[in-house]
Amino acid sequence: MTTEHHEQDLAALEQRFQARIDAEEKIEPKDWMPEKYRQNLIRQISQHAHSEVIGMQPEGNWITRAPSLHRKCILLAKVQDEGGHGLYLYSAAETLGASREEMNQALHDGRAKYASIFNYPALTWADIGAIGWLVDGAAIVNQVSLQRTSYGPYARGMVRICKEESFHQRQGYHIMMTLARGTAEQKAMAQDSLNRFWWPSLMMFGPHDAESAHSAQSMKWKIKRQSNDELRQKFVDQSVKQAEVIGLSIPDPDLQWNEQRGHYDFGDIDWEEFNRVINGDGPCNRQRLAHHVKAHEEGQWVRDAISAHEAKKRQRNDRQAA
Amino acid sequence: MSEHMKLYEVFIRSRRGLDHKHVGSLHAEDPAQALEYARDVYTRRSEGVSIWVVNSSDIVASQEGDCESFYDPLDDKPYRHATHYQLPDEVNNM
Ligand SMILES: [Fe+2]
Ligand SMILES: [Fe+2]
Repeated sequence: MTTEHHEQDLAALEQRFQARIDAEEKIEPKDWMPEKYRQNLIRQISQHAHSEVIGMQPEGNWITRAPSLHRKCILLAKVQDEGGHGLYLYSAAETLGASREEMNQALHDGRAKYASIFNYPALTWADIGAIGWLVDGAAIVNQVSLQRTSYGPYARGMVRICKEESFHQRQGYHIMMTLARGTAEQKAMAQDSLNRFWWPSLMMFGPHDAESAHSAQSMKWKIKRQSNDELRQKFVDQSVKQAEVIGLSIPDPDLQWNEQRGHYDFGDIDWEEFNRVINGDGPCNRQRLAHHVKAHEEGQWVRDAISAHEAKKRQRNDRQAA
Repeated sequence: MSEHMKLYEVFIRSRRGLDHKHVGSLHAEDPAQALEYARDVYTRRSEGVSIWVVNSSDIVASQEGDCESFYDPLDDKPYRHATHYQLPDEVNNM
């Protein structure tokens, strides 16, 4: 095939691919797809997976210290769910030809990122409430939108995850509500936690649309269905009422209902902080990564033992067959 | 003849975006033949856009008798469900 022919074929394939997307049809693993679409998806899905798994750390840290057996069971179940979400997502990325080892390596090398929010520490019990309410709340806004993403396995993973998420947000809100109705000290603890987690939660939606590196192409390919700013606005709008109902105040003096827009206006996000944290210099970046590397290395003997056992079984079967 | 042929399970994706769903099984000499048979038998009325065939012997299944150890959490861990948390009406759509 000449190069010219090859280019014509490629253009035709790309055209058919985009037509399928424009018609709201899903792309499935064995379909032809542009290399950049594949790479873009692998990047996004693997980083989403890393976020689920790294996100287990700040909450896992509180399992032994939850204030009652009931709260302990709930937190344990939630953290377990997040591990499952990581698995759904890694396996969706694997349908695109990415290997688990390579994705893991990219995380450990710092080439792959994860949601910057998990680089903040969970200092008090109220933080477990704030994480469920706000961090899972923000994740849900994003994931509900991604249920309509163009890649079939990713979209189906999102549907499964969204079903499991709603208890995450509700248990977090329930913790906040209980504290807010408690002693003055408990209410102050809840407010302090909201103060620390509010802005990092808004940053979870990523840079403003104008500054977002991957946004335009991702929207055209319908990997993303709504822009960062649209999703962030949705989250702000729903959170204001939720804070009000339990008597907590959102730490933003510029927060105000805008009758004309039909949305809340809110203050400027500290993008310097966002960039600092996403690029490795948040309060817990090193700790989070070091813990992940350590857990992975300490699990090596288990993986070795499994494959040694498999090899032995195979040997035994071969001998019996002979 | 059929005693020499392997059993295959057939899964069909009825529409793009949906999971493959088990529809039945058939005997075939090899995977390619199984795929053709599946097309002839299970998709005569445009039931699907994609077929998977899997050797039945490759499927590892749990037994209904193991129900307790596999599915117990459904019953004694109600806190895994959203409805377990009672919230004020104004925010109950969370
Ligand atoms: Fe999750
Ligand atoms: Fe969650």
